[in-house]
Amino acid sequence: MQVEKFYYDNRIVKNFAYATILWGVVGMLAGLWVALQLVFPSLNITQYGTFGRLRPLHTNAVIFAFVGNGIFMGVYYSLQRLCKARMYSDTLSKIHFWGWQLIIVAAAITLPMGITTSKEYAELEWPIDIAITLIWVVFGWNMFGTILKRRERHLYVAIWFYIATFVTVAVLHIVNSFAIPVSFMKSYSWYAGVQDALVQWWYGHNAVAFFLTTPYLGLMYYFMPKAANRPVYSYRLSIIHFWALIFLYIWAGPHHLLYTSLPNWAQSLGVVFSFMLIFPSWGGMINGLLTLRGAWDRVRDDVILKFMVVAVTAYGMATFEGPMLSLKNVNAISHFTDWIVAHVHVGALGWNGMLTFGILYWLIPRIFNTPLYSKKLAANHFWLGTLGIVFYAVPMYWAGFTQSSMWKQFTESGQLKYSFLETVTYLKPFYAMRSLGGTLYLIGALIMVYNIYKTVKAGKLVADEAAEAPALEKEYHSHQGEHWHRWIERKPVQMLVASLIVILIGGVIEMVPTFLIKSNVPTISSVKPYTPLELQGRDIYVREGCYVCHSQMIRPFRSETERYGEYSKAGEFVYDHPFQWGSKRTGPDLAREGTGNLKKSDGWHFRHMREPSSMSEGSIMPAYPFLLEQDLDTNSTPAKIRAMQTLGVPYEKGFDKEANEALMAQAKQISNNLLNDSIRVAPNKEIIALIAYLQRLGKDIQQPQNN
Amino acid sequence: MSALFVLIGISILVAGGFLLAFLWSVGNGQYDDDYTPSVRMLFDQEKNTAAKNETENIQVTTPTTK
Repeated sequence: MQVEKFYYDNRIVKNFAYATILWGVVGMLAGLWVALQLVFPSLNITQYGTFGRLRPLHTNAVIFAFVGNGIFMGVYYSLQRLCKARMYSDTLSKIHFWGWQLIIVAAAITLPMGITTSKEYAELEWPIDIAITLIWVVFGWNMFGTILKRRERHLYVAIWFYIATFVTVAVLHIVNSFAIPVSFMKSYSWYAGVQDALVQWWYGHNAVAFFLTTPYLGLMYYFMPKAANRPVYSYRLSIIHFWALIFLYIWAGPHHLLYTSLPNWAQSLGVVFSFMLIFPSWGGMINGLLTLRGAWDRVRDDVILKFMVVAVTAYGMATFEGPMLSLKNVNAISHFTDWIVAHVHVGALGWNGMLTFGILYWLIPRIFNTPLYSKKLAANHFWLGTLGIVFYAVPMYWAGFTQSSMWKQFTESGQLKYSFLETVTYLKPFYAMRSLGGTLYLIGALIMVYNIYKTVKAGKLVADEAAEAPALEKEYHSHQGEHWHRWIERKPVQMLVASLIVILIGGVIEMVPTFLIKSNVPTISSVKPYTPLELQGRDIYVREGCYVCHSQMIRPFRSETERYGEYSKAGEFVYDHPFQWGSKRTGPDLAREGTGNLKKSDGWHFRHMREPSSMSEGSIMPAYPFLLEQDLDTNSTPAKIRAMQTLGVPYEKGFDKEANEALMAQAKQISNNLLNDSIRVAPNKEIIALIAYLQRLGKDIQQPQNN
Repeated sequence: MSALFVLIGISILVAGGFLLAFLWSVGNGQYDDDYTPSVRMLFDQEKNTAAKNETENIQVTTPTTK
């Protein structure tokens, strides 16, 4: 058997490692900043720096820039070694690397500009979505190319995790990103209301599953045994829990929509699968921890193992909590609160963050052929990071549970005990403590930057690491040896993925328009499309990321119907492209803001947007003075109306041409109302459109009178 | 609620794809040996093991405890 000499490409690993570190710090800094904004609203500086625009920047930076580059770093390192082959193409590696960084830069520019689809973790607009798809395909091409030219017959379990990641993220991203472009940087989601919510959280949950979990499990299965220098506890368990995990995960999305207008059976489906997920998840956690059986003494001295142990433990905690949060009675308390924020940060800071740090400390000295500069600094980083997680999570759990309890509290006479604002101001100390936790975690990461900088300085990159392995025999005779086996084996994975993608794209393109538009026909006859001014106002609502803090979904609990009015019905959202249900109530629900007890005057909204604390003392909402200055872009109105018509919204034929007249008429009316309130503002300002939208919310259905 | 059917359809397609991958991997003999791979991956780093690895199953019986 011929032994072949070849070289592993370490330069691409180094590039992704640097990117991981850089974007990690940027993402954490953004997180700390938005956390501080909740304590000090005056930190909302200019329209490009409001909480609503920066929080998506934080989440995207952490998920796709920090963890994303972390995935690629780990995959490019481990895949080459597991396959005993250099990456398929250096050119593809470079395109992948620079393409991904460009996408991140595009996100960092567009999100503060308010260019967003408002679909969480999928906020980037359609041209960037297309770029993501292309670069993702490059990644897959490179990965499968490497797998096909491997010199090791067996696909180690980590590779299966990488494959699942690639395939599923591709499908999720394509399906959720379906939108009709209005202009170069504006589009409307193809789906409306309940449908949009369902697709979004099918995506959103699986982004957690297949971007933050499966690739990192793959990394765990490579780097943890490597760091501990002992085989994984049970290879058989790893295989079983892999297949179980990927089969179950994709059905769990609806647990993000419990008690919403989503049909009950779909909610229950999500609950059942979410609960079952505890088994494969813990399979992975147990397998990771037991890999250290008999080596726990080494955890005391080896800081890399410490990072990994905390990471896997955090994974275990988050995946225990996840199924619990999916139970409807728990979800009734936790949903819309900071509890969920705590939950995701145990996952992000603990599982993804600590595992990334562990891998970096293990990998950088190896590819630079030098010992780590300082184990002591790494240990300091470990303790700061771990304490940071605790200081972050505990106040948030406390805040979440407290706020939810306050929302649901009634007095003896049956009145709601607390105004919404009281529950917000109560949380400020918790938000402050959370910022402290974030600061500790960030300081730890900065120490790592220094430590790695010194390590890199002392060493020299082994750009091409020599290796040798015997070539793979061309024909593999399985014990069954039928010939379709041999045929499929020549191009197994490639065929599989290519055909899957072709079928999916074809199927989706065919089905989505015909199916969805028809079913957007309203089931509540009084529900009418938005007027052009309201539509423009809604787009401002989307642009400013109001959904980040305000839900538009009243759940059928007495504590909510008392506070916000009649619970939300599926039929009310049929013209909502995209849906704006939100997932967090830092501020109150706005589903019926224009009706009942919640109805406020145009003047109130004007003053509130100019300076929220002038109307609600202690409010932590950012001020929006720029809406009072900026002119509404009415040139876009006809295109927006036409796009909505394409999506099945029943505007009359030719309405796009008259839309701006109707818009001005309504704007003048609001301007006059404000004048009566001694506020002088021209009808063409953005604030007018936003007020029109807010006053419209919840008006479509007749509500029973609440006291 | 046709989005549900679209999603279910796509989810089944994805799951079906994975099922094919699973069947392929079993038929291919990927899981015939569920111990050696976990040990083998530990050794790719060592400089002179390539020659030893010619015989694939070398480490089966002797998981080293370094």
